[in-house]
Amino acid sequence: MIRIQARTEPSSIMKVASPLIAIVLTLIFGCILFSALNKNPFEALHVLLIAPLSDMYNIGEMLVKMSPLLFCAVGLSLCYRANMWNIGAEGQLLAGALGGSAVALLFIDSTSVFALPLTLIAGIISGMLWSAVPTYLKLRFNSNLILTTIMFNYIALYLLIWAVNGPLRDPDGYGFPESAMFSDSTTLPILLEGSRIHLGILFAVISAFVGWFILSKTHLGFQIRVFGADEPAAKYAGFSGKKLSWFVMLFSGALAGFAGVCEVTGPIGQLVPNVSPGYGYSAIIVAYLGRLHPLGAIVAAIFLAVLYMGGDLAQIQMGIPVAVVGMFQGVLLFFLLACDFFIRNRLTFNNQVTN
Amino acid sequence: MRIKSLLVGLGLLVGFGMAGVSTAQAEEPFKVGFVYVGPIGDLGWSYEHDRGRLAMQKYFGDKVKTTFVQNVSEGADAERVITQLAKAGNKVIFTTSFGFMNPTVKVAKRFPNVIFEHATGYKRSKNIGTYALRTYEGRYVSGVAAGLMTKTNTIGYIGAFPIPEVIRDIDATYMGAKSVNPNIKLKIVWANTWYDPGKETDAANALMDQGADVLIQHTDSPAPLIAAQKRGVRAIGQASDMSKFAPKAQIFSVRDHWAPYYIKTVQQVMDGTWKSQDFWGGFHEDMLQLASINPNLPKSVRAKIDETYLAIKTGKLKPFEGPIKDNTGKIVVPAGHTLTDKELAKVHWYVDGITDKVPN
Repeated sequence: MIRIQARTEPSSIMKVASPLIAIVLTLIFGCILFSALNKNPFEALHVLLIAPLSDMYNIGEMLVKMSPLLFCAVGLSLCYRANMWNIGAEGQLLAGALGGSAVALLFIDSTSVFALPLTLIAGIISGMLWSAVPTYLKLRFNSNLILTTIMFNYIALYLLIWAVNGPLRDPDGYGFPESAMFSDSTTLPILLEGSRIHLGILFAVISAFVGWFILSKTHLGFQIRVFGADEPAAKYAGFSGKKLSWFVMLFSGALAGFAGVCEVTGPIGQLVPNVSPGYGYSAIIVAYLGRLHPLGAIVAAIFLAVLYMGGDLAQIQMGIPVAVVGMFQGVLLFFLLACDFFIRNRLTFNNQVTN
Repeated sequence: MRIKSLLVGLGLLVGFGMAGVSTAQAEEPFKVGFVYVGPIGDLGWSYEHDRGRLAMQKYFGDKVKTTFVQNVSEGADAERVITQLAKAGNKVIFTTSFGFMNPTVKVAKRFPNVIFEHATGYKRSKNIGTYALRTYEGRYVSGVAAGLMTKTNTIGYIGAFPIPEVIRDIDATYMGAKSVNPNIKLKIVWANTWYDPGKETDAANALMDQGADVLIQHTDSPAPLIAAQKRGVRAIGQASDMSKFAPKAQIFSVRDHWAPYYIKTVQQVMDGTWKSQDFWGGFHEDMLQLASINPNLPKSVRAKIDETYLAIKTGKLKPFEGPIKDNTGKIVVPAGHTLTDKELAKVHWYVDGITDKVPN
């Protein structure tokens, strides 16, 4: 009889081996899947996983895609460490994009050097405000944070759609729902000529290091870790749950807002209804793949960005249907999380019950 | 065991690393790329673009190789996907949604030798052309059919976004209906989406609650037709043939038919005769079709539909021929003038008789 048994100690071997086993299982699955479709499996896997990193252009695009995922995942990692189940990064990102755009459009004819910093700050503050309301509701009325943050995602989305159809719509745009293109004074500088690698990517990486520093090197981070691991113990030690909750939620909101404002002032260059293809939700996967570690989030965000780009490339270069790409990505994530299960659990193959 | 699987993994990695290097390219056919905003299974907008692609592919056979990317978000991703299509050697790239406009402009600057064709937009350059449908022609016929079929003298109209294309289609619908039914009323509900079956159903029900018994939609899902069939009223399909979703309710569907344009454009680029322009196609170019006209219509209605269709197709009837007054009493098209495409692209008024206001 096969049983699942909790390990007394997390397995240190599995910690290292888990992602490797997952990758091997996925590669085997991919070979079967693509062979069944009469596509060369090696070529398909190459396009999906290696091609996105094959030249400078693709690496630049991967970084562009990675940046909003990383911003959001760093904030979420801290939230989840502190047991604050913030599902609202998407809404906070959109709020940041909206708030930043409102300011950027004020500077449409300006060359002021303050234009860009003010725009970015507006985005960050908008993201913080958007996470502050559900936080207040939770701490004051004990409302369910998961539900309120999800609801706030929808409110942010519809507020944004209203804004691009109304006050922020391009007056010379024939009534189409998008803003005017931002001026150069409110556009993030490009770091590498000929690519789309913008300053926001650097901010995203810095944010991961800031998150890591706070979590590992400060007393505040210590409190967060204790609070997440053992709430009664943290309270006994006199740590303020309220203060920590406020901190992680505002930090997370700020980073998500930063991500949003970097998207509109960076690769998009204007406010459009589709600022985010769901970065705030994907960032939840990134945070968990990175094992709720801000630096782990860098690796995980790169990984997910590669997967998304590979999906488009597979359509372009090999005509692989988008649904099959989605299936492959889903299976990969499934194996990764399933293998992680065996870090803390193991299978036993006899009838003996051990405790 | 663990080491073994590791080795297998490494072997595979090396294996497909090599495979990528060795993808040598033989003599290439003429490559054409397509970018879709939705899935090709949306049975509406992207679906019809893909049918156009397939028809074009069939027409040229081996001479052309087409590639498409579905579900491309109209945000930061669009520019990357369009760039990658250009880098992959596509000579013509069709970007088939309005939100791809600025990404198309950005990429076109970097690839001056690639031709870009953007659907429904207004920005052109030396290597960007734009194309659109004269959907108002289909609306005029829809208005005529609705005006004849309604018993409550009320047409329900589901608007997508208040952009000129949608506004002038509402005008054309009303003028068509008015031409056969002087007592006609038009109710409008804005869904603020192109595709959202849930919202479209809500809009359809709201219109039927206000007494509308023929529904016309500028959104792309078959949901309003299904809602209409449930309540025993009539409706007109949009973008693709939607008869199978509501076989009783559907009067006809105004189908987008992109194939002629895709064939013509690709041929022009191959021949080197392509020039940037703003191309509008309608009944005359066979880019709009009346699909699945319901056999359960009265003979006289069917005759009137055919007659109106033919009149527009041959140019005898021009929906936006003056004199036309807007609903504030201002003359917007003087007698003897027909709106040009440039003027049509800016229509932002309701025609006299519509008791509503253009949003914003």
